[in-house]
Amino acid sequence: MPNIYQLLSQFFTQVDALLKEKAIKQPLITGIRTGGVWIAEALHQHLDSAHAPGSLDISFYRDDFSRQGLNTTVLPSTLPFQVDGRHLLLIDDVLMTGRTIRAVLNEIFDYGRPASVNLIALCSINSRELPFQPDVCTLFINLKQGQYIQLSGPQPLSLQVINKVFS
Amino acid sequence: MTRVKQLTGPLQLTNDGQLRHFLTIEGLSKTLLNNILNTAESFIIVGSKAVKNVPLLRGKTVVNLFFENSTRTRSTFELAAKRLSADVLNIDILTSSASKGESLLDTLRNLRAMQSDMFVIRHADSGAAHFIAAEVTPDVAIINAGDGHHSHPTQAMLDMLTIRRHKSNFDQLSVAIVGDIRHSRVARSQVQALKTLGCSDVRLIAPDTLMPPHASTLGVTTYRDLDQGLEGVDVVMVLRLQTERMASAFLPSANEYYNFYGLTRKRLQRAKADVIIMHPGPINRGVEIESEVADGKHSMILNQVGYGIAIRMAVMSMVISGQACQSRETNYGCVD
Repeated sequence: MPNIYQLLSQFFTQVDALLKEKAIKQPLITGIRTGGVWIAEALHQHLDSAHAPGSLDISFYRDDFSRQGLNTTVLPSTLPFQVDGRHLLLIDDVLMTGRTIRAVLNEIFDYGRPASVNLIALCSINSRELPFQPDVCTLFINLKQGQYIQLSGPQPLSLQVINKVFS
Repeated sequence: MTRVKQLTGPLQLTNDGQLRHFLTIEGLSKTLLNNILNTAESFIIVGSKAVKNVPLLRGKTVVNLFFENSTRTRSTFELAAKRLSADVLNIDILTSSASKGESLLDTLRNLRAMQSDMFVIRHADSGAAHFIAAEVTPDVAIINAGDGHHSHPTQAMLDMLTIRRHKSNFDQLSVAIVGDIRHSRVARSQVQALKTLGCSDVRLIAPDTLMPPHASTLGVTTYRDLDQGLEGVDVVMVLRLQTERMASAFLPSANEYYNFYGLTRKRLQRAKADVIIMHPGPINRGVEIESEVADGKHSMILNQVGYGIAIRMAVMSMVISGQACQSRETNYGCVD
């Protein structure tokens, strides 16, 4: 795996390019808990944004609640700004099936109607189940069956491939 | 508080200790109570969004079955279910077939035939919710919204949420419960919740006629004198004086009660300067509490109503979650 901080540097450059290309000034940054919030915080510092980043917990919006039950570690979502008419950068650490993105978009629109939402992912892996593609992604990885990627943090951040242990 | 049969154990829990029904605080662990409070914290923010709903119970049907009058509890249960995107059916028992002699179980079986997933039940008989929970099929959840003198667990949990949001750790607190403790399902559940969460100084303040005979077994301190009981407390939970008690000769008059047990500004000076005042409602001004205290800066009475919605959302989603896990666990186990 590449060094996480080299990856982040490349990630910031790509986000800068996106904002320039789309002429977005003062975007609102929102991370998807947990790893996305750490990346959002790093991006917030890089962009020196006026608004603190938001953090969204999609536990109440998951599409597998009736099968899997409630996440017992759910935390309150916090969006310390109004989203109506604003440009949002939605930050995910690892984009996998796309189900989290569906859930988080539903949650965002319960807060208001943003002017745009750009999906920014540090990594994307080959396990998509819903039609979402990132506007920015720094690392595309093809995983074997039984593998997943885990971002650990917040200090220090580290990215690693985990092999699932089946009992 | 009337002694009822010990009604705890696996009935309200799944095999792995999750909520399957919510019937009583008794027998629940500190961890589980904290899980309820933590989940409710996350639901509080839902009420501040432009769209105040989350889709957790979409497609589920919740039936509010109230055999006793209620405004606050019933409306907050209804609002909680609607904010969870459930379909809600309110049965007015006074105009239902129950008033024509239909038995409780027959009423439930008919409602169950309408594919209801959850019943929220208030009943004048202690143990009614347990009785029903023991009878329903595994895919139906029961929430106790108050049964006789026995239990009112969601009221106790919203009270705990109020305390936790406005005070420090439970083990540092002195909490006084004042009023008709003998007949109060709220007080019984409050004491159980406070003790489970680690509160070591719980005080019950009431005249002898309104103090439960077994109070000494509850791990609390009892006071006949309100001024003594209020000395240095962090939290005062005032109970409604039920006027029917006067008719039963438990008290001479409302005025007499107010003179000795009404919470006034003067009496409140004995408590800590940052004391909070709570009341499950409806309040009787000038009977158990002075108007200026009920409306004053220490009062959390209206905050409690809002927290009640969050607690009921938490409990409803947790019992449905418990059912989901129970139906899965034989094949897959349940994940966080």
